[in-house]
Amino acid sequence: MNLAFFIDALITVVGVTTPILLAATGELVVEKSGVLNLGLEGMMLIGAVTGFAVTLNYGPDLGDWAPWFGVLAAALAGAASSMLFAVLVLTLGSNQVATGLALAIFGIGLSSLIGAGYVGMIVPSFDSVFPDRLASDPLWRVVFSYSPLVYFALIMVFAVGWFLNRTRAGLILRAVGENDLSAHSIGYPVIAIRYAAIAFGGALAGIGGAYFSMVITPMWAEQMTAGRGWIALALVVFSGWRAGRLLAGAYFFGVLMTLELYAKASGFSFLPSQFWAAMPYIAAVVALAVISAREVAGSEAPACLGRPFLPNS
Amino acid sequence: MRIRLEKRLTPSRFMQIATPIASVLLTMLLGAIIFQLIGFDGPRAIYETFITPVVASYKWQDVMTKAAPLIIIALGLSLGNQAKIWNIGAEGQYIIGALAGAGVAFALPNAQGFWVLSLMIAAGIVGGMAWAAIPAFLKIRYRVSEVLSTLMLVYVALQVLNYLVSGPWKDPNGHNFPQTPPFTPAQLLPHAIAGTDIPPGLIVAIVLTLVFWLLATRSVYGFSVRTVGAAPHAARYGGFDASRTVWSTLLISGGMAGLAGILEASSQLGQINLGFPSGYGFTAIIVSFLGRLHPVGVFLAGLILAVTYVGGQVAQTVVHVPSATAGIFQAMMLFFILASDILVRYRVRILRDAPRPATAEAVA
Amino acid sequence: MALITRRNLMKTAAAGLTLPALARSGLAAEPLKVGFVYLGAIGDYGWTWSHEQGRKALDAALKGQVVTSYVENVKEDASAVPVMKDLAQQGNKLIFTTSYGYMDQTLEAAKQFPAVKWEHCTGYKRADNVGTYNSRFYQGRAVTGTIAGMMSKSGVIGFVGSFKIPEVVMGVNAFTLAAQAVNPKITTKLVMIDTWFDPAKEAAAAETLANLGCDVIAQHVDSPAVLQVCEKRKIYGFGYGADMSRFAPKAHLTASLDLWGPYYIERAKAMLDGSWKSDDIWWGFKEGLLGMAPYSKTVPDNVRAAADKIVADTKAGTYEVFTGPISDQTGKERVAKGQRMPDKELLVMDWYVKGIQS
Repeated sequence: MNLAFFIDALITVVGVTTPILLAATGELVVEKSGVLNLGLEGMMLIGAVTGFAVTLNYGPDLGDWAPWFGVLAAALAGAASSMLFAVLVLTLGSNQVATGLALAIFGIGLSSLIGAGYVGMIVPSFDSVFPDRLASDPLWRVVFSYSPLVYFALIMVFAVGWFLNRTRAGLILRAVGENDLSAHSIGYPVIAIRYAAIAFGGALAGIGGAYFSMVITPMWAEQMTAGRGWIALALVVFSGWRAGRLLAGAYFFGVLMTLELYAKASGFSFLPSQFWAAMPYIAAVVALAVISAREVAGSEAPACLGRPFLPNS
Repeated sequence: MRIRLEKRLTPSRFMQIATPIASVLLTMLLGAIIFQLIGFDGPRAIYETFITPVVASYKWQDVMTKAAPLIIIALGLSLGNQAKIWNIGAEGQYIIGALAGAGVAFALPNAQGFWVLSLMIAAGIVGGMAWAAIPAFLKIRYRVSEVLSTLMLVYVALQVLNYLVSGPWKDPNGHNFPQTPPFTPAQLLPHAIAGTDIPPGLIVAIVLTLVFWLLATRSVYGFSVRTVGAAPHAARYGGFDASRTVWSTLLISGGMAGLAGILEASSQLGQINLGFPSGYGFTAIIVSFLGRLHPVGVFLAGLILAVTYVGGQVAQTVVHVPSATAGIFQAMMLFFILASDILVRYRVRILRDAPRPATAEAVA
Repeated sequence: MALITRRNLMKTAAAGLTLPALARSGLAAEPLKVGFVYLGAIGDYGWTWSHEQGRKALDAALKGQVVTSYVENVKEDASAVPVMKDLAQQGNKLIFTTSYGYMDQTLEAAKQFPAVKWEHCTGYKRADNVGTYNSRFYQGRAVTGTIAGMMSKSGVIGFVGSFKIPEVVMGVNAFTLAAQAVNPKITTKLVMIDTWFDPAKEAAAAETLANLGCDVIAQHVDSPAVLQVCEKRKIYGFGYGADMSRFAPKAHLTASLDLWGPYYIERAKAMLDGSWKSDDIWWGFKEGLLGMAPYSKTVPDNVRAAADKIVADTKAGTYEVFTGPISDQTGKERVAKGQRMPDKELLVMDWYVKGIQS
């Protein structure tokens, strides 16, 4: 065991964590605005297949820029699919739980349909954004060797934390999530704010999905996110709806998932592997109970989470 | 010209019945167009998915087999949904129910007689209830959202199943594959009516539909559940205990899911393996909404969803649409039914005069 | 498509006038209809893809005599039965169900369609009209294991597996034994990921193995994720079931290929001449059910020669990787010197050989 070993392990953890962190960061904003979108898995898959398809189809024309356009397309596709959800729950006042679930089922199906022609193809992955000297330095690679999306995910979680806690717009968004009727009566555009939050959440979920099809394994396969959308939902719960804890929680989950693999490869299988796989969900339920029991101000679930907003009803 | 929505005093009966039918028809229409556009024989795909299972008698058994668990689970969910208790973890309760029932079966390998099956079914119901009791307890004690806790517990249940079938319950004669031993003949549910292929689950589904219908229309309990959902404050004045509603609806829906799980295990597969969880618990949520939370509606919606499953497979073999097609149609139906929900609660008015100010709910 | 629906019946009735004319023009002998039930997508470049290649080979070999059709993405639960019954209903007389998880479902469908002949891949339950067939995948593992043993510099090789089922256990054992035969110091690090398909987890497992010093990694999971990681980490890997070099041009040394065509052709012929009977087939290199993909440029000549020799000796019957002495992880001798493990024991193998870390 030496430094290089830990650096290698850490790089694996970052790879495992990033897509969950991306999707969960978007969902945090959505939930803070008082909306529960359970469709993460579907939006991630739509993002994954779109990012892949755009990179593949426009790769020859765009050259090195192709993956960037792929990611942009993934974000747009994720946001577009989230609008389906938004129109239903915001404009038509439908049930959020059922609509989110419908979005998940729809996204799984639609991505399979779109992706049928792309199975077995590959795209060029991102080049490292930093000079090779840094990216392959024995020590500094722990900071500089990642895909640009890793840095983007970190920037986003800090940006969201700053936005929610330090800006007026963030305060309004939280107010909308805490008490939509009051926010409405003060004159804030509740519906418009929620539309924006849902679009943002969809875009980040789309990028999180693209991380699978463009960075981890540059290819498309049906349902390749393999349930990460649900882990991301668990992560938002586990974080107690706070950006800082979301980041810590994402890495906690990532370390758990990686530890399992290390334990097996090294012959220390002291717990059944199913226990490791269930850990994120158990942790989320326990955290949920602890947070709710303590009722620390500001750490609780947004009061309006999941409730339809119907001002004149 | 503007369109204005006016809240109805009571939900529209006509719309409650018309919108689910319209949702199915719209899905068929739009589905045909979309699949035609992307290069399949669209009308044929729709025909095989929605019509073939209904007109081809040899498909009826498959439809009934698929419909039974969907209906049983959705009946329980609808009750909770009326009280605005959202159990979206029926899939987990379905799994744990099946495992609990199977556990009884493996504990009594040599037992004979119908009581073995009765015990297995009872264990299945209790297993599903127990799994649903966790979110119920968390909600009552710590005000934990049941939406999130029930969903999280699905994935824990999946791992419990994986652990049991690849570890302690692995079939010693199963060539070391992750699966339990097969149930003995005494542990297998016979066909409901000897000589026919009617699955036993369907008879249970029919009986339960009647029970839930009576419960909803003829009992104080059914009324209290609806009141808690519609007007929690009024319910409190009326003496209806909200936490009792949380407990009872979650336990009943969990028990129903567990019942569906053990019925499926003991009548279809005759063992439990990694392929056991097939998403009935999630699809039942669609069934519940498509059936407008009404027991009879749920029964019909369960049949329709089963038709799309069975027909989706036919369309897959005949028209070679991808296997994801059925899921897309199911999601479309749910989207339409959710979108049309507003027509049940609101009246659409087309106004020709100048827009009046301060109509926040107006949609331009 | 012979699905009997009211609509089709009407179509047939309408076409009735033209039928006699067709019959006279020589379409009287009906071709044999053969159906296939697939677990994944035909484009998966893995398990289902290789069966699809077998179906195409059958189509080409018996052109005019057979008509084939398939259903992909069929789940291994009770819903597989209706799919199988559909294929039977459509007039398929020979149906291949190509995954272990269809075992009881195949028997159930076969009971309802006794006139149809069924073939279940990798299972062990048979009936008068249900045969089983399997491939000696481990023979291919012996070849890749030999290459891994000779190419590994660190002496530590890796294996990403799905579940601890006999097929996977045989694979990792054969891989390790063959590698140890050319380099006795070899150890194999094994990670079972408890799923057949989760590209991100497969990739993380491969990275972990690479981090722990493995410089050649084999896999028994459904996606080429492991190879893609090998490519990124500049280490070596193998395709499994199909040539996966497109996913990792530099890392991909070779692949053992599943070639189902010869079997499908033989069984269809048996149907045509009426000699089909329920059988239990376990074929390998010799019968043409296994093959090797081209070696990559990086494989040196002496390694190629050693690998080719394993293939040739396996075909000749003079080489069998599960020949004693073989000890398990605890050091206990399981197979005595000079003994070959009988098929019956191989098919239920649930212990790892010495030198595997798991």
